[in-house]
Amino acid sequence: MNTQMLINLAYIAASVIFIFGIKMLGSASTARKGNRLSALGMLIAVVVTLFDRQIISYQLIIAGIIVGSLIGLVAARLVKMTSMPELVALFNGFGGLASMLVGWAEYERITHITGTTGHLNENGELITQTVIDLSHFDAFTAATIALAILIGGVTFTGSIYAWGKLSGKLSGRPTLFKGQRALNAAIAALIVVFGVMMTVSAPHVGTGQIYLLIFLSLLLGILAVMPIGGGDMPVVISLLNSFSGLAASAAGFVIGNNVLIVAGCLVGASGLILTVIMCKAMNRTLGNVLFSGFGATVQKEGKQSDGELKPISAEDAYYVLEAARNVVFVPGYGMAVAQAQHAVKELGELLENNGAEVRFAIHPVAGRMPGHMNVLLAEADVPYEQLVEMDDVNPTMSMVDVAIVIGANDVVNPAAAEDTSSPIYGMPIINVYEARTVFCLKRGKGAGFSGLQNELFLRPNSRMLYGDAKASITSLVTQFKEG
Amino acid sequence: MELILLIFIFVLAAFLGFELISKVPSQLHTPLMSGSNAISGITIVGALIAAGETSGTLSSWLGFTAVVLAAINVVGGYLVTDRMLGMFKKKDANKPKAD
Repeated sequence: MNTQMLINLAYIAASVIFIFGIKMLGSASTARKGNRLSALGMLIAVVVTLFDRQIISYQLIIAGIIVGSLIGLVAARLVKMTSMPELVALFNGFGGLASMLVGWAEYERITHITGTTGHLNENGELITQTVIDLSHFDAFTAATIALAILIGGVTFTGSIYAWGKLSGKLSGRPTLFKGQRALNAAIAALIVVFGVMMTVSAPHVGTGQIYLLIFLSLLLGILAVMPIGGGDMPVVISLLNSFSGLAASAAGFVIGNNVLIVAGCLVGASGLILTVIMCKAMNRTLGNVLFSGFGATVQKEGKQSDGELKPISAEDAYYVLEAARNVVFVPGYGMAVAQAQHAVKELGELLENNGAEVRFAIHPVAGRMPGHMNVLLAEADVPYEQLVEMDDVNPTMSMVDVAIVIGANDVVNPAAAEDTSSPIYGMPIINVYEARTVFCLKRGKGAGFSGLQNELFLRPNSRMLYGDAKASITSLVTQFKEG
Repeated sequence: MELILLIFIFVLAAFLGFELISKVPSQLHTPLMSGSNAISGITIVGALIAAGETSGTLSSWLGFTAVVLAAINVVGGYLVTDRMLGMFKKKDANKPKAD
């Protein structure tokens, strides 16, 4: 048994541990253990790699691990729960870039391997000279390097652009311009042509070709995410997560490493499944999410609704809530932005002490990440059994006295159920409009993230409670305490 | 032959990945995403090999950068997932089997 064989056996063990880890992440009672198990698998893979015979110098490795781990540690400790989607996007982008660099580094290594050739001169003396040995650079290696660069590059810039949209550094609106799709298709086609050319011409692949490929891949990532609206970012992040797995897998093919191929592919496949689950929750196809420029061209379509916005003061809202016996909170992204989850939890407790039944209805795509609202409410210590899913709460909606919509918009828009001309027609929603009274907490009169006018706000049983969600809820809490 | 073996492994792993994630309660979607995101940081293994080459070459510096980025992804990803799941855990301890 040589070292290289032992390393490979350890890689198999790590792969098995990853499989169990992902499996356990899928169930509430074992999820935390599963995550720790998969971290153990990662530790094993990293430690045994240090014994790889290709590694001869440790300075850069140690420095890199220390720097990266510290940054990761600090980011993970300091991040607010409301900023979780951005952070996951950012981490994801780094993973993609790392895979791209691994592909690039292998190209640099493989084109700089030197060998020695010798021949006898006329006097019979042996003349030796050092030459570049390209015999390890075959068509397969060239193709996988191109793939690692392409997928890794798209994942990197796509994730960074998504991070910008999620954190509010870039506009959440889809950015559309004339000929956008044609341009994207042309770039994608160009990348394919370059990749094929590299494969065919291996081992004679110039550095210029690699640089061009890197540039085009990075550009494609930005252009692909540009036309997608902020409301669809959960789907995009999930898809990019799948891509970062595939990028790692491609890097695995480049260096012929099994654990990269298996672990990367597991992430690629499971991420794709999660993406599809989320698209189904919105009753849209993945293609529609990625290419339709959803949310940029609204208002013109969709019928004009009559009715007016009826504001309500926090004081009046308090009197209604005081008499309510059945209250449902419907949180959305606005709750995350306002960091209102702790105040909401307090209000929920006060309502319960007042004799009301309190529930929190969670739409599958509320927020900017799947399960976003669950995470926030869990952070605020909202009891688990008060969280109800859309399908369970809808049949009971007509018995609800007050539904409080906190910064949610599209997921409660009745147009999805009734208006066939609406772009979100067919998307399952939480039917808050069936409740006796609906309070909508909103910062202003503007349309939501998707840009759609929400007919719910114009309904006779709706009341608008304008202002920062946290301030509004806190003032309700204060009134309860004083009353 | 080795090429075929690698592709064989890839295809089997893809089917396994599809089977692993079928019925996941929606509240676990975020931890699942960030947990599997940490696993995709496995590319650190490739980065280590590249960074461990004779130092000073372009290849080793690219490897170094990749190690830093992948380490952020791995360490940050696992810690953040653990933090999220820790908040769910508390609830499970009080009221077991709510799901």
